[in-house]
Amino acid sequence: MIILTWLNDNLLKMNWLHDLVSALVFDVLGLSAQSPLGGSIHFFIYDSIKIFLLLSVLIFTISYVQSFFPPERTRKILGRFSGISANILGALLGTITPFCSCSSIPLFIGFTSAGLPIGVTFSFLISSPLVDLASVLLLASIFNWRIATSYVLVGLVLAVIGGSLISMLRLERYVEGFVFSQRPLNLEPEQLSTKLRMQFAKDQVIDIVRKVWIYIIIGVGIGALIHNVIPQTFVQAVLGQDKWYSVLLATLVGIPMYADIFGTLPIAEALVSKGVGIGTALSFMMAVTALSLPSLVLLKKVVKIQLLSIFVAIVTTGILIIGYTFNIFGHLLV
Amino acid sequence: MIIKILGTGCTNCKRLEANAKEAVQQLGIEATVEKVENIQDIMAYGVMKTPALVVDEHVKIMGRVASVADIKAVLA
Repeated sequence: MIILTWLNDNLLKMNWLHDLVSALVFDVLGLSAQSPLGGSIHFFIYDSIKIFLLLSVLIFTISYVQSFFPPERTRKILGRFSGISANILGALLGTITPFCSCSSIPLFIGFTSAGLPIGVTFSFLISSPLVDLASVLLLASIFNWRIATSYVLVGLVLAVIGGSLISMLRLERYVEGFVFSQRPLNLEPEQLSTKLRMQFAKDQVIDIVRKVWIYIIIGVGIGALIHNVIPQTFVQAVLGQDKWYSVLLATLVGIPMYADIFGTLPIAEALVSKGVGIGTALSFMMAVTALSLPSLVLLKKVVKIQLLSIFVAIVTTGILIIGYTFNIFGHLLV
Repeated sequence: MIIKILGTGCTNCKRLEANAKEAVQQLGIEATVEKVENIQDIMAYGVMKTPALVVDEHVKIMGRVASVADIKAVLA
């Protein structure tokens, strides 16, 4: 247990980094820990370094695992299951496959044309940006393990239920016709050597850091402002736990936004430190990652507006329910 | 030899294209490098993860930015 706590504190929470940044900001620069400026600068430096360090290590690891599950293999595995178990598997496989929404369209067409039910594909599409191993560890680092595990569980449940509902409603008719007319080809995935997998994982790290660094900087910046400059009374008045509309507001603001989960975490962290309910913070994160204007524009190319609207409605409702539930039971997790 | 780079215009596709051109040059072979950016045309090759490299209508590499050395091995 002592070893686990040590690992958790030093590798995940990086308490040493916290102390190091404290020494730099408060002792060397001579800023006061209580002043808005000192506090903001500390939050900014500590959070950005921590997130970038964790992100790089985690993406390397996940990409390595990912290289064993190319889409062809995922499709083959999913094809062997039916009903709710296919949805569950789709949601689970979504956690270890791409973060990038630009790859979701070829996947959607490839899965659907091969005869996978669209509900299963949607389970996969919902869980893919929402839940991944990196976000779990980052949540554990910023909050704690109970919140991290609960986030994953509700994320997966949302993906399974969302996909199952789309299956039950039989919405295949709202998929653009050309999707079905693609002939499904069964390409053999490449056999990769360990060296190539390492190379792939390294490329992914560079690629993803290059793509998301700006969102992280913006996210940490907003987080630092909320954390130390914006008055608590203001945050409480808009998003406080006792306000019935807090979850609704956080969700609606989050939906059109496009950012990576890594950029939203520091904002959620700062909100919670200002007394915003954990459910409200989670709703915001889920809304930002699961739904965004750019990904909806892409999806629109392969599905008709009816299906797109139903998809948005189901996911939004799910996020709202999760938010309110967490606000009621959240005190058990902190 | 006709080499096609499949991808919707992301940075990875451009890097793969550059590597492919470099590989062709280093090998000193006669080959054209074309880009395929239309999603329906890409799907016609059965590729679900871009970028991909197609040599004379055969998909050789997909879902990763192959190095110049890798591409040379595929072309040779």
